[in-house]
Amino acid sequence: MFDFLKEPFIAIQEFYLLTGRALRNVVARPHYGDDILAQMDLIGVGSLPIVILTGLFAGAVMALQMSRALQQYGQVDQTGTLVSISLVRELGPVLTALMMAGRNSSGIASELGSMKVTEQIDAMRALGTDPIQKLVTPRMVATAVMLPLLTILSDFIGMFGGWFVSRFFLDLPSRQYWSSVWRVLEWNDITQGLLKPFVFAFIISLVGCYYGLRTSGGTQGVGRATTQSMVAASVIILVVDFFLGKIFVSQGGS
Amino acid sequence: MAADTQTPVLRFDHVSVAFDDTPALIDVSFQAYKGESRVITGATGSGKTVLLKTALGLQRPDSGTVYVFGKDISRMRERELFEIRSKMGMLFQESALFDSLNVEENVSYPLLNQLSIHCPPDEVLPRVEQALKFVDLEGILEKFPSELSGGMRRRAAIARAVVTQPPLLLYDSPTAGLDPITANTIVALIVKERDLNKTTTLIVTYRYQDGNLVANFRYNPDNGGLVPAANHGGLAPRTLFMVLREGRLVFEGPQTELEASQDPYISKFVKQRG
Repeated sequence: MFDFLKEPFIAIQEFYLLTGRALRNVVARPHYGDDILAQMDLIGVGSLPIVILTGLFAGAVMALQMSRALQQYGQVDQTGTLVSISLVRELGPVLTALMMAGRNSSGIASELGSMKVTEQIDAMRALGTDPIQKLVTPRMVATAVMLPLLTILSDFIGMFGGWFVSRFFLDLPSRQYWSSVWRVLEWNDITQGLLKPFVFAFIISLVGCYYGLRTSGGTQGVGRATTQSMVAASVIILVVDFFLGKIFVSQGGS
Repeated sequence: MAADTQTPVLRFDHVSVAFDDTPALIDVSFQAYKGESRVITGATGSGKTVLLKTALGLQRPDSGTVYVFGKDISRMRERELFEIRSKMGMLFQESALFDSLNVEENVSYPLLNQLSIHCPPDEVLPRVEQALKFVDLEGILEKFPSELSGGMRRRAAIARAVVTQPPLLLYDSPTAGLDPITANTIVALIVKERDLNKTTTLIVTYRYQDGNLVANFRYNPDNGGLVPAANHGGLAPRTLFMVLREGRLVFEGPQTELEASQDPYISKFVKQRG
């Protein structure tokens, strides 16, 4: 009767098993330091252009749109406040994570998927390495280190974008913009803004690996895994973001 | 027979494997002894690849037991399996070389990653070169698998499988998708590995010529080619043929019995003898 539930439940169970093994391997030997560094370069440094561009325009657009709302209350000089809060708490982490999901979840899924369908994953096991240890854990660790850093960068670039708009389109003095950006931030905002990308990093890397490793059905399957991983990662990020936001808001703090 | 007193190198005891509800192997039992060659044949989807993967512990049997070197591997944990797998070499169907690594890194991979093989760092490169020389592929250490032809990829993959000199070798369709000349050189390499290192060999193939070469020819160290075993003092190592049909082992025996078989399914694989 509930047969239709079987598949999603098995999927969730498998995902948890993968997560558990990947986490356990962080401390278990052997460690593949080289792979972690290579993945940091690929996932972190490789994502710089896209993160900088989205951050810049997100900040600029926020300043542009918020000034319109603030105008009604004669508070255009508060633009920096809104840009700062929304970037650090929300837009920085979420936009960066969504971009990374688009770029890296799908990238990981297609790479691991191709390896799966060409039996390279089996070969890896046959030659004495645990694919989770060798492939999943390095990607997870690399993303967990790089995403918070990229988010910080994206936040700052976004503020810069906001400054550009405030200074040249809204005619706000630079000093006023930057002081309102700086003064409004509280520890609560910073913690939230850094905890989110840390959590999202696990979603991005593990969803990508999960879909990659369960790929079947040749090259067509690789395409399917790539799409599915990106969609799933994006949706999960937005859902988790809501709940994390809810926890932080209800704990007080502005 | 003397061989029967030894522990079989590989033993399947009523092994069944299924994917979801589709059976892939049904109640397969056989024993392969040291130095034996096994030629496994059958139609596509008859479970040949699954049989090799089960022997390697990549696929767990749903029922029955698999013994490798006398040890029950069907309930072993992955980490314990690594120990056993270091004594087995496997050539995968499409070579399965790692795309992201060059030939040198691919061939050295088992030396560096198999925990039970303690290869000193300064011996890695010589052993890699030796393995590549064995398969007549020299001077391509820096090349990536995508830059190689199908036959070269297959040879590099054989080098990777034999570099640790495992006593048991499994070849999954070593000649699939190759032209007849390249295919024969690949089989010659398999026979060479078998005769020089006295390995137990399992070959999955649907080409009867491959089985025929394995059964009746041996490596001639003088000219590096194959010679009919009968003309050159004694026989080739004991070779048995196995035929799989929809997951069941429908035939097991020497070549003469295989050729004498009246079963239409079995004789289909013999007919193409060239």
